[in-house]
Amino acid sequence: MDLSAISPALLLASLMVAATPILIAGIGELVVERAGVLNLGVEGMMITGAICGFAITIETGSPAVGFVAAAVGGALLSLLFAILTQFALANQVASGLALTLFGLGLSSLLGQEYVGLKPAQTPDLHIPLLSDLPFLGTVLFSHDVMVYFGLALVAAVWAVLKYTRVGLVLRAVGENHDAAHALGYKVVRIRVLAIMFGGACAGLGGAYISLIRVPQWTEGMTAGAGWIALALVVFASWKPWRVLLGAYLFGGVTVLQLNLQAAGLAIPVEYLSMSPYLITILVLVIMSADRSRAPGSLGRVFHASG
Amino acid sequence: MTITKLLAGAALALGLATSAVAQDKTKVGFVYVGPVGDGGWTYEHDQGRLAVEAHFGDKVETTYVENVPEGADAERVMTQMALQGANLIFTTSFGYMDPTINVAKKFPNVKFEHATGYKTAENVGVYSARFYEGRAIQGTIAGHMTQSNVIGYIASFPIPEVIRGINSAYIHAKKVNPDVQFKIVWAYTWFDPAKEADAAKVLIEQGADVILQHTDSKAPQAAAQAAGNVYTFGQASDMAEFSPMPRISSIIDNWAPYYIARTQAVMDGTWESDNTWDGIGPGMVGIGEITDVVPAEVKAEALALKDAIAKGEYHPFTGPLNKQDGSPWLADGETADDGTLAGMNFYVEGIEGEIPQ
Amino acid sequence: MLKLEKRPQPSRVFAWLTPLMAVVLTMIAGGILFAMLGKNPVEAIRVIFWDPLFNEQFASYSRPQLLVKAGPLILIAIGLSLGFRAGIWNIGAEGQYILGAIVGAGVGLAFYPLDAWYVFPLMVIGGALGGWLWAMIPALLKVKFGTNEILVSLMLVYVGEQLLASMSLGLLKNPEGLGFPGSRNLKDYPSAFNDELIAGTGMHWGVLTAFLAVIFAYILLNRHMLGFSIRLTGEAPRAARFSGVNPNLLILFCLGMSGLMAGLAGLFEVSGPSGQISIDFNTGYGFTAIIVAFLGRLHPVGILLAGLLMALTYIGGELAQLMLSLPSAAIQLFQGMLLFFLLAVDLLTNYRIRFVKREKA
Repeated sequence: MDLSAISPALLLASLMVAATPILIAGIGELVVERAGVLNLGVEGMMITGAICGFAITIETGSPAVGFVAAAVGGALLSLLFAILTQFALANQVASGLALTLFGLGLSSLLGQEYVGLKPAQTPDLHIPLLSDLPFLGTVLFSHDVMVYFGLALVAAVWAVLKYTRVGLVLRAVGENHDAAHALGYKVVRIRVLAIMFGGACAGLGGAYISLIRVPQWTEGMTAGAGWIALALVVFASWKPWRVLLGAYLFGGVTVLQLNLQAAGLAIPVEYLSMSPYLITILVLVIMSADRSRAPGSLGRVFHASG
Repeated sequence: MTITKLLAGAALALGLATSAVAQDKTKVGFVYVGPVGDGGWTYEHDQGRLAVEAHFGDKVETTYVENVPEGADAERVMTQMALQGANLIFTTSFGYMDPTINVAKKFPNVKFEHATGYKTAENVGVYSARFYEGRAIQGTIAGHMTQSNVIGYIASFPIPEVIRGINSAYIHAKKVNPDVQFKIVWAYTWFDPAKEADAAKVLIEQGADVILQHTDSKAPQAAAQAAGNVYTFGQASDMAEFSPMPRISSIIDNWAPYYIARTQAVMDGTWESDNTWDGIGPGMVGIGEITDVVPAEVKAEALALKDAIAKGEYHPFTGPLNKQDGSPWLADGETADDGTLAGMNFYVEGIEGEIPQ
Repeated sequence: MLKLEKRPQPSRVFAWLTPLMAVVLTMIAGGILFAMLGKNPVEAIRVIFWDPLFNEQFASYSRPQLLVKAGPLILIAIGLSLGFRAGIWNIGAEGQYILGAIVGAGVGLAFYPLDAWYVFPLMVIGGALGGWLWAMIPALLKVKFGTNEILVSLMLVYVGEQLLASMSLGLLKNPEGLGFPGSRNLKDYPSAFNDELIAGTGMHWGVLTAFLAVIFAYILLNRHMLGFSIRLTGEAPRAARFSGVNPNLLILFCLGMSGLMAGLAGLFEVSGPSGQISIDFNTGYGFTAIIVAFLGRLHPVGILLAGLLMALTYIGGELAQLMLSLPSAAIQLFQGMLLFFLLAVDLLTNYRIRFVKREKA
């Protein structure tokens, strides 16, 4: 065993990368759930984003265009969910699960032409001076642009929810849709937009996996990241900054256990892999005592009878 | 792009009548555990299927079902294949072992071939590849190429097949480079690109400059490429798009010769249950091109080793070899028997760490 | 302009008509999809929906298989529907299914190779207990701390999957399996084997239990006070409280029942059709059952039919791969469509669509 082989700076740096896909998808789902909608189809939207982003990057040679396509693809797929739950008033749990099934099938069908190809690389940013700082330069200032995008997104969502009218309305709709409707807010319209935002974020998260983290296309490549993103939102008790914390925790446990193994430490892998989920349950329990609850209307069907 | 292709397909379909199935064709079925687009294990089996089609042309008809879960679903799929007149069925995952045996009992006239298992029957043969022979060549090249003397190994599950590979690679790396050290990470998955990428990055960060993998995705290759000065080997398929660097060679699963031979045997009526464990010699294990990044003398040494193994002059597990705890395993000049290899559950002397239980 | 109007009572006509509409719509949309993939759409639809039931060559095999595939789906979905009716959301049935299988198979393997009549009954008890206990975690946390059961039960699925991997590689590994992961095959251990009750029918104890569960749920919901409490809690929680329903007891009962049934499904599957504990033992029955429960409109008979329909698309989908070389992705997509349509047209059961003239402001 040789723990000195683990470099803290590199560990933290790869933790940031490992956390980015679930962070972006998670923050999107957070907005959806704050609007009172539970979309369990994150996995399906992520994998659809992964193939849309990948295919368009191959066709155009530009990862930037690819990421835009991924966001569009994810948002389009989520629109199906929005139609089902907001207009056809279908159950959200079942619709979300159906969306995942649909997304997995759609992505592998679209992706058949793209197996084994290599996408154009997304370069890491090199920020003069900052990137050369010892330790911090490696940890914070030498990533690809999407890592920073993820952080900026968290900050933006936090600020919008907390300080703007849009955020206020969104939260009102999520807490009590009947009251929000009585106040004259367009509940359905706001929710559809929130769902599409969530879809776009999930698409971006998926594309991060297929374009940067892996980068290649293979069927089923998100391998459950969407479900982790869902867990993150709960872990975070629907607060944006805690999503970031949660993403680092989930990403961190994965990276850390691989590091410990490589350093020769005999650890029971299965039990360590369980730990983030157990921690999430623990957080849920603590949180219930803390009175910060889920949005009041989460998962409930809204129909304006008036 | 795809849309136009789909539309063209639609036009074709409407024009096509149902094709009548001729009775004299030999029908060969394949059951796959993953999608044919996984780029690794299932992909290579499907390449074998396509080779059968190309070889026999009109004389065969192949069918396959992908993404078949092990257990009850596999049993049903095999039964359906047999009911629809398959003459020969290849079941290509270890977990299909018991279902294959069960279905074979019900269809004595249908021949079954199960990959990587150990249960045979009158009409069930098993086949597997001696990937450890390829690992010996990998280990030799890796031992020469490493500058840091640290070789990273991404393992999947702690099963004999994987442990055999680690041991074989280690023995041969050590032979050419006594200072070599293996860092082994168990990913607990055959296929999870993101996790494999992470594992590769971790190993690189901890000083490994050669990465061997026993998982199927190309993610470790990409991670090595991003790191720059790291060497890798293709796994299952050639992964040639990453050559000449980081991919400097590969172990290729080449099922085509075996599939063609067994199909031929069924056609000729000479098929018999067998227990095939083929390596480099018969061509079931292929060694992908060794790129020019590897110095000429190392390449020559690796190729010489390949020849010796192919001709049966050299066995990768030849004594003197001790087990990890120092207890003797093989005496000088003694070679390992297949029984021990098939159930291998120990590291050889020199490897650090424990096999997880 | 279109306007939705809630019906005072769900329409009985549409409750029966909408599933048919959905299937027809799926056939049309799916047909277009298959045509785009270069297959004859009529033939593809026939292979998926008709051949598993009526093909002369092999339907005598695939019909019983329908029961084998539908059994666990129905059993789990019935358990879930009780909770769903009362607004208690257990979406972790997959985890309870795994735990039922692990505990049940564990009990059986502990007795190996003892030949005794009581081995299998003990396994059944073990399976039920495993699933029940796993569901009690979210239930107790909800009762005690008010923790959201959707999320806790979902998290426990992943914990269960890791436990399954650990068991297949460790404690329950077949000592004669040459080091490969996976337990002994229970099919080779007659005392523990859940065989077909009548050969060639697909009927094993699990399928029988699923049918019994349908009857049980029907009687419970329609004839029993507890069933009335469940329905009342789901439809009018406040009224339920005034009428003296204890919400905590209801949570414990509903989650416990759904866990128990999922655990039983896991046990019957591992001891019968599947035969052994392995890393990939669970194939998503627990999640699919959620969809089945909703497709069946949370009604016992509806769930029975929905489970059979779902099983039909699985088996028909495999046939379509086999006979028409359709990729499995197309089948997944097709199933997704079916679900979407079924969920979407349900609107007509509870709402009326009215055309109204645009009011002048």
